[in-house]
Amino acid sequence: MRKSITIVGASLAGLRGAEALRRDGFDGPISLIGDEPHAPYDRPPLSKKILAGDWEADRAALTPAERFADLNLDLRLGSRATKLNVDSQTLWVDGEPEAYQGLLIATGARCRTLPGTEGMNGVHTLRTLNDCLAIRTALEAGPRRLVVVGAGFIGAEVAATAVGRGVPTTLIESLAAPLERVVGNMVGEVVAEVHRSNGVDLRCGVGVTAVHGREQIEAVELTDGTIIETDLLVVGIGVLPNTEWLEGSGLTIENGVVCDETCLAAPGVTAAGDVARWLNPRYGELMRVEHWDNAVEQGPYAARRLLVDQPANPFTPVPWFWSDQFDRKIQLAGRPSPDDEVQIVNGSIEEHRFAAFYGSHGKLRAVFGMNRPRQVMQGKNLLAQGASWQEALAVAAAWE
Amino acid sequence: MRIVVDYDLCESNAICMDLAPDVFEVRDDDFLYVLNETPSDDRREVMEDAVRRCPKQAIALKD
Repeated sequence: MRKSITIVGASLAGLRGAEALRRDGFDGPISLIGDEPHAPYDRPPLSKKILAGDWEADRAALTPAERFADLNLDLRLGSRATKLNVDSQTLWVDGEPEAYQGLLIATGARCRTLPGTEGMNGVHTLRTLNDCLAIRTALEAGPRRLVVVGAGFIGAEVAATAVGRGVPTTLIESLAAPLERVVGNMVGEVVAEVHRSNGVDLRCGVGVTAVHGREQIEAVELTDGTIIETDLLVVGIGVLPNTEWLEGSGLTIENGVVCDETCLAAPGVTAAGDVARWLNPRYGELMRVEHWDNAVEQGPYAARRLLVDQPANPFTPVPWFWSDQFDRKIQLAGRPSPDDEVQIVNGSIEEHRFAAFYGSHGKLRAVFGMNRPRQVMQGKNLLAQGASWQEALAVAAAWE
Repeated sequence: MRIVVDYDLCESNAICMDLAPDVFEVRDDDFLYVLNETPSDDRREVMEDAVRRCPKQAIALKD
């Protein structure tokens, strides 16, 4: 039995993993190593409450300071894991080797950037608390205009928050509608309408060809030739898993740390959160899930996995996430695909208050809700049970 | 064990309802209702799970 656990990555998955071990009564040493200077904090408020100025940064703490002491962790902030060798069970932290017995990798992901904007003033991505505070300061300074590139969840939330602060905002999306790749065109168009009716200058079907400016951003040029003058740009075009430090470690790295159905990457090594790509038996494929809820579940699962030879069950969640944009709550459970049939099963698109089922091959695949949390959760249960399309429709028919 | 919900934080994501529908209910008005404020102690584990899984960290347990 392993007597000590090392967790690399001091964010949601890593911290919740450490807490689970203590809750189970594990009393050996636990190291929690994170490269940010801050105690573990929650990221969803970074594009919402904190960016809006409604909360100060300390409200995002994941665990209150007084409870942190009870966890009795060897918390090493501002420390970066730089190398791993699974054969010799050696981890290098800031270049210094140390032995580990059980290792949980939860190093998360980082933002993709627009080429040619490195070091340019006024160009931001949003992942960390420091990123958030920098954008907030820029919003408070009263920019001429904010341009957000990418109407995924982060970009759409930043645009909504900025408009709420009275900042003129343009949101640029290369697809025909926001979130289209995930939710399809019909639902994406509703999200577009929510943004436009709230004052966002939303431009879909265009990309960015150039960012003009030298030290300071001055304008962005779009694929249709439009030039938008701006002094503030937020880039939200997805993330990359933080795996570079694992090169040569002996682990399989392919768009994340590849793990089996129990989140095991090698003997004594597991992964969780945005960086983990594990075989989810529910779908029969390798999945990397960048959702908050997945980190909360996978962190504890992967930490406990280090203390048993064979876990009772594989890790088989139904993915679920939420996003708050203006006064709309968007939620999605399951895995829609572009070929799915989409059917509104509750509420109406016109009211911006509805639930939609996605299905194919006679099965329910996903449930989308806009201000329909109750229905999404019931749909999530249907997904967990593997409900057929007809069974799901029968349940939804009883909702009204 | 007493369930305390901070309704200023709660945004009715309904994860708690998913975990314990006999204790938490998000109704069609989109508000959360606590159906049983004092669940028995044998429910502690699932109540702690509801606390952790709440995206808004709006649920607390008081002894």
